[in-house]
Amino acid sequence: FLSSFILDSVCWEVVGVVKLWNEWCRTSSTTNVLPTDSFCLFYRLISDPTVLLCQCSCYVAEDQQFQWLEKVFGSMQKKGLQVTILSTCPVADYKTQESTLTLVSPFLRALKTKEFQEQVCCPLLEQPNIVRDLPAAVLSYCQVWQIPAVLYQCYTDVIKLDTVTIEAFKPLLSSKVLKSLAKDASESSKILKKFLTTNDG
Amino acid sequence: MFIPCDRGGGSAAPDFKGFTLLMPAVSVGNVGQLAIDLVISTLDMTKVGYFYTDCLVPMVGNNPYATAEENLMELSINAEVYSLPSKKLVVLQIRSPFIKNKYRPFCETLLSWVKSSKCARVVLLSSSHAYQRDDEQLLGTPLRYLLTPDLEKVVGGCMKELNWKEMERVAAYPGISDTDKVLHIPGGGITKLLFTKSCSEGIQMAVLLKFCSEGDNIPDAFVLVNYLNEWLQLIKKQQFHRSFFTVEDTKFLALTFWQWSPTCPLLISSELAIDIRKP
Repeated sequence: FLSSFILDSVCWEVVGVVKLWNEWCRTSSTTNVLPTDSFCLFYRLISDPTVLLCQCSCYVAEDQQFQWLEKVFGSMQKKGLQVTILSTCPVADYKTQESTLTLVSPFLRALKTKEFQEQVCCPLLEQPNIVRDLPAAVLSYCQVWQIPAVLYQCYTDVIKLDTVTIEAFKPLLSSKVLKSLAKDASESSKILKKFLTTNDG
Repeated sequence: MFIPCDRGGGSAAPDFKGFTLLMPAVSVGNVGQLAIDLVISTLDMTKVGYFYTDCLVPMVGNNPYATAEENLMELSINAEVYSLPSKKLVVLQIRSPFIKNKYRPFCETLLSWVKSSKCARVVLLSSSHAYQRDDEQLLGTPLRYLLTPDLEKVVGGCMKELNWKEMERVAAYPGISDTDKVLHIPGGGITKLLFTKSCSEGIQMAVLLKFCSEGDNIPDAFVLVNYLNEWLQLIKKQQFHRSFFTVEDTKFLALTFWQWSPTCPLLISSELAIDIRKP
């Protein structure tokens, strides 16, 4: 979603990387692994350096999550900071008393910290559902250290990358944070198409 | 470490001097954690802070003790602290399993907090595998207690009056008669480690545990919490909120976030595999 609707090489520049000790990465060069071959990249908006975007496509194990947080948030000014987290998860993990026939996936649910005062773009996550892994670690950190943060979790029944799940995040484009960052709609569609063709097979 | 919820506006950090710290072990059937949920919800305790640690698997969800629309959507994390000053009670709830190799660091951090906050004593609610009981333990009550020497001096007599059974020590090498007797709490998670460290560090700690098996452990939680109440007299009548565990209309069984409970209409997450074997 972020790659299709927000990121591009014109407005954003890579400013950092988080490397995990056991990370594997796909690279064409065997002798010279570039920083951008990492699975966890940080981009900064050139026109507004206070806006950072992190694309983390690798799994951060539970015993690495705390250190990941300390390294990333340790180098950030916390005053005035606001965090938005996007994540997906199988709809099979969603617990509800409603019949699954009435459940239309993919769908979004949100969790927010106490300090987050803005309107969320979807219903809040009902009990007894929980969020785990890195998104939970980040949200916990923000809750404890009183940083306004919101997590949008997309429940999907598709394992592979698909446009329907990606577009389930579209309501976020109307949020205060992403409104000004959204790319042209036609450009997004083009990228989306290209993305899926590359990932097919 | 302990981080209070309220850090600004001139209000002082909560003072736990002389309080009893009640906490669960992440153990078989999650009985301790379920019992803690009962205590927090029945006594309507207020959340006063977080126990922020790298020793527990991260997880978040919305308030499991919600009583009204207003507090329904407050975020909860994996380890939180609740307090009831009128009963000098502070409760730590742990909602996720320990990360591998983190039992010892957690025990150290916890005991260090107990000392710095000047808590008078710690009560640990736990459980142990029912199938590991020996012939004698199969008979009679499934409830046991343990006291560190420092607490034994203070309340040892009380336990005798209550006619409670102390957790038996077992032979270090079963079958060989002439061996030392050791404490063995299979399925007890950090119980043995925390208890042993408390003994050596002069902490007043009591362990209250129940023999049980994995399954619908809600009845076990009630038994354990009533056992606790016999001693601490937290509530006058032994009526911990049964309604907390029933599904009414669209209310969910939102007690703890991970209990596998096959008889409950709503299956709560069991994907967080709980490794309760000794570290």
